Amino acid sequence: MFANFFEYEFLRNTFYTGLLIGLIAPLLGTFIVVRRLSIIADALSHVTLAGIAFGLLVEKKFGLAFITPFYSGMFFSVIGSVFVEKLRSVYKAYQELAIPIILSGGVGLSVIFISLADGFNTDLYNYLFGSVSAVSRDDLWMILIIAIVVVTIIMLFYKELFMLSFDEEHAVVSGIHAKRIHFLFMIMTALVIAASIRIVGVLLVSALMTLPVAASIRIAKGFKQTIVFSIIFGEISVIIGLITGYYFEIPPGGTIVVTSIIILLLAIAYKRIAFNLSRKKAME
Amino acid sequence: MAESLVKMENVSYAYENKQVLSHVDFEIQRGAFIGLVGPNGGGKTTLIKLLLGILKPQQGTIQLFGSPLNKFNQWNKIGFVSQKANTFNRGFPATVYEVVSMGLTSKIGYMKFFKHKHKQKIMDAIKQVGMQDYIYENIGDLSGGQQQRIFIARSLVSDPELLILDEPTVGVDTENVQKFYELLHHLNENQNITLLLVTHDTGTMTHHATDIVCLNKTLHFHGDPSVFTNLSEHDLSHFYGHPVNLVTHNH
Repeated sequence: MFANFFEYEFLRNTFYTGLLIGLIAPLLGTFIVVRRLSIIADALSHVTLAGIAFGLLVEKKFGLAFITPFYSGMFFSVIGSVFVEKLRSVYKAYQELAIPIILSGGVGLSVIFISLADGFNTDLYNYLFGSVSAVSRDDLWMILIIAIVVVTIIMLFYKELFMLSFDEEHAVVSGIHAKRIHFLFMIMTALVIAASIRIVGVLLVSALMTLPVAASIRIAKGFKQTIVFSIIFGEISVIIGLITGYYFEIPPGGTIVVTSIIILLLAIAYKRIAFNLSRKKAME
Repeated sequence: MAESLVKMENVSYAYENKQVLSHVDFEIQRGAFIGLVGPNGGGKTTLIKLLLGILKPQQGTIQLFGSPLNKFNQWNKIGFVSQKANTFNRGFPATVYEVVSMGLTSKIGYMKFFKHKHKQKIMDAIKQVGMQDYIYENIGDLSGGQQQRIFIARSLVSDPELLILDEPTVGVDTENVQKFYELLHHLNENQNITLLLVTHDTGTMTHHATDIVCLNKTLHFHGDPSVFTNLSEHDLSHFYGHPVNLVTHNH
């Protein structure tokens, strides 16, 4: 069953990319979830869509090969993340307002770029729901670089990121540069979203950042363990999702997300059973 | 004479146009256990924010450990347990160990990692507050009083000489409040940690504090707890600006 994945280069690229995003999306996702920013990932993915649509438009109308939709998507995503931060500081009392503003802005721009490029095509469909055949060797290299950068930054700033997530005020009082670290964090989020879109698609990328964490948080003790379980669940979802997606000819975004939802349900059930057992024991 | 760790002279502060503190002179000497009391809106939290450099006074000077606040850089000598410490996200997946480790984050510095000696320090701080049986429990699974101990440990881990606590007993049940004060007393007596405790609980505290300070816009009283407890209701009502019943606990 795995054989095809190593026989064809495009499948191999997809498989390696899948393993990389199965690592970085839940890794960053753990911080996103505990900081209650899950919905920001959604907003940024829609901005990324605008960037992708822009890239498709440029590719089609002007035939410029150096602006691929992947790169223009990544560029828009990073710019979007800067805007989210700006808006959050403008509307201090309504920080969640930043999200609908950015999200609708992203969708609005996407619609304009898509219709200027004469509407839907297969490429766009792949960007929306992910694809097993869309990853080029160049994309794989770029995603590898993003993964290395993200993992390194998180390791170097792990204790500060953790402290900011737990209690921002305390972190600031003890002299942590909250603004700078948060900015770095948002840029990383934008990069991870752009990297993941090839495989899971715009509409489902936030799911890969949040669902494995949602499952992990139910059963893990402590923050490090939450990260480890999230990554394990993320990888399982990606591997099962890619293989089933390929064999049933379904976009992998769908199969990856459904797999992670099944894992989530199992985690909730496990927690409930474990809780009932321990209560029974305590009563005996 | 004992060294003064905090010295505020003629400090005034106003939020927009509401005067909160006016001409406050206040001193904390090494080894003291000061209970800061006063009505809501009397400026207790503002005073602490000024001490921590979160707010800048509009008038007057503040000295910490003998140097002016704007030149002071030994922040690890001061530990702070915020009022908000117990309003954290209870679903946050962090173990007791992980929470206490945060007390060392800024001391260790950027891009450096925890070493063995740090781990030892974290364990010691957890033992100091008597929570060694809960090291790998999630903080959200503990009771309010236990969580408060953990936040104290988080401050203790960086070896503070002055520990500031802003209403730490809010939401903690009576029996645990008692134990909590015993812990503070122990830290003050045996570990030589100077304490500044902001509280509503004037009753229990008078048994443990060395000084009581009553703040309502200006400093109304600074002195011995026994003098404070013997103040007439008339005097207290004057301090608070409204009638007061002092509830004393005689244990």
